[in-house]
Amino acid sequence: MSSLDDLYRRVIMDHYQKPRNRGEFEDGALTVNMNNPTCGDRIQLQMKVEDGKVTDARFTGEGCSISMSSASMMTEAIKGLEVDEALARADLFSRMMKGEASEEEIEEADLGDIEALQGVSKFPARIKCATLAWKAMEKGLRE
Amino acid sequence: MNAKEIRELFPILNQSVNGHPLVYLDSAATSQKPVQVIEAVDRYYREYNSNVHRGVHTLGTLATDGYEGAREKVRTFINAKETAEVIFTRGTTTSLNFVAQGYARNFIEEGDEIVITEVEHHSNFIPWQQIAKQTGATLKFIPLAEDGTVTVQAAEQTITSNTKLVAIGYVSNVLGSINPVKEIAQIVHRHGGVIVVDGAQAAPHLKVDVQELDCDFFAFSGHKMAGPTGIGVLYGKRTLLEKMEPVEYGGEMIDFVDLYDSTWKELPWKFEGGTPIIAGAIGLGAAIDFVESIGIDAIREHEHQLVTYAMERLRQIDGLKIYGPEERSGLVTFTMNEAHPHDIATVLDTEGIAIRAGHHCCQPLMKWLKVSSTARASFYLYNTEEDIDALVKGLIKTKEYFGNVFS
Repeated sequence: MSSLDDLYRRVIMDHYQKPRNRGEFEDGALTVNMNNPTCGDRIQLQMKVEDGKVTDARFTGEGCSISMSSASMMTEAIKGLEVDEALARADLFSRMMKGEASEEEIEEADLGDIEALQGVSKFPARIKCATLAWKAMEKGLRE
Repeated sequence: MNAKEIRELFPILNQSVNGHPLVYLDSAATSQKPVQVIEAVDRYYREYNSNVHRGVHTLGTLATDGYEGAREKVRTFINAKETAEVIFTRGTTTSLNFVAQGYARNFIEEGDEIVITEVEHHSNFIPWQQIAKQTGATLKFIPLAEDGTVTVQAAEQTITSNTKLVAIGYVSNVLGSINPVKEIAQIVHRHGGVIVVDGAQAAPHLKVDVQELDCDFFAFSGHKMAGPTGIGVLYGKRTLLEKMEPVEYGGEMIDFVDLYDSTWKELPWKFEGGTPIIAGAIGLGAAIDFVESIGIDAIREHEHQLVTYAMERLRQIDGLKIYGPEERSGLVTFTMNEAHPHDIATVLDTEGIAIRAGHHCCQPLMKWLKVSSTARASFYLYNTEEDIDALVKGLIKTKEYFGNVFS
């Protein structure tokens, strides 16, 4: 089960079981809906953006352990980041999933819990699960 | 029939995946191919590859004989009256879209009704939804019974004299339910409509007799019944096919081409524009020979035993829920409390077990079942009780794995 343990690290399961920032803002927020048409996973991501900074983020949705834990971690990670910084994170994450990001780059970025998702890159069929929330964030912030 | 001996004819099954012997339980998505089919396609390309219907040369004749010979095999297989009623297509999806665009679009008008169900695969759902939008027809759904089956009574209550077309799957790719298409065809005809049957999950697993069913159109794919991908069949009654417009214009389907008008070849070629899927048709012919050598009834009986055994074993797993009726074709769709379907499929894959997870191209049905996705194990003639034992073992492992990381 060693490769499985790579995929389902304890920290991932923790985020799946106790998702952070799950819910909706009652007042206005930047809202993005995205789904993964091949498997049915879906996410609604809401972000508060003030003066070029992401001040808060929440999500709702349905999906597997990887997609939901990734959403939980992502919303944690972007709080307090400048929009540019958040977008750079999304880019790094996407390259990390494709196995294109260097060790140094990952270390330097100090990703915290997100590093646990690195194991997903060994499961090509599951990369789309991990990137769903990040794609939603990217879409929202670019628009 | 002896599934263990049959397995030997499928080279792909004799391998390890992720360090475990492959357990292939995804035949409803696509079946594996026996050596007879692989060799028939190989022989065509090695020995007589040539275009059909035009060459005067020897290879052209051989290829034409192979291609048209396969059509005759399909005709016998589904008991169509004549080969003119057997059209080769790319698969079930193309067949159904041909009926939608070539027939329905020309004969359905505003105020008419098109009747389908929420169980349909997207390929037998979206074409009708779009035809309804394009023509202004009303789209109606036969209400499903509690277990997701379509009953004759419900069909009777939904179909009216305004119903011009009913499209229904013979066997559900999610629930495994076998719908009473013969009885529904009688209702449709009494009201003067036509019935289109999606036979993708039926043709590989149970005897199909289009004359006995009295269906107007019947669609199926080669790749789910031991044949190659990229080949399928559209059966239609001659009178309807003659009225139907070609969907693809081009070479091979014309009679005369003038500057401002053209006429079409006779059936079935008027629907086969372009160089046809010659290797695919020959492969499908070989697949039919193979299936018939074992016997479709024997296959059905074998799958029935497997699915009965599988349901019995799966029910013993606490927190596992099975969808669909008791009496069913050879597949089981389920969810587990502990793990999401994608996670189940990933854990099983590390054990060499291939199942399908997701919405199975049935989003309306997922909505009806109130789930976002499900896991599905599907069987074919090469599966054994050992495969099901491996599945059960893998599921218990999944349950323990997710149970533990959560605790």
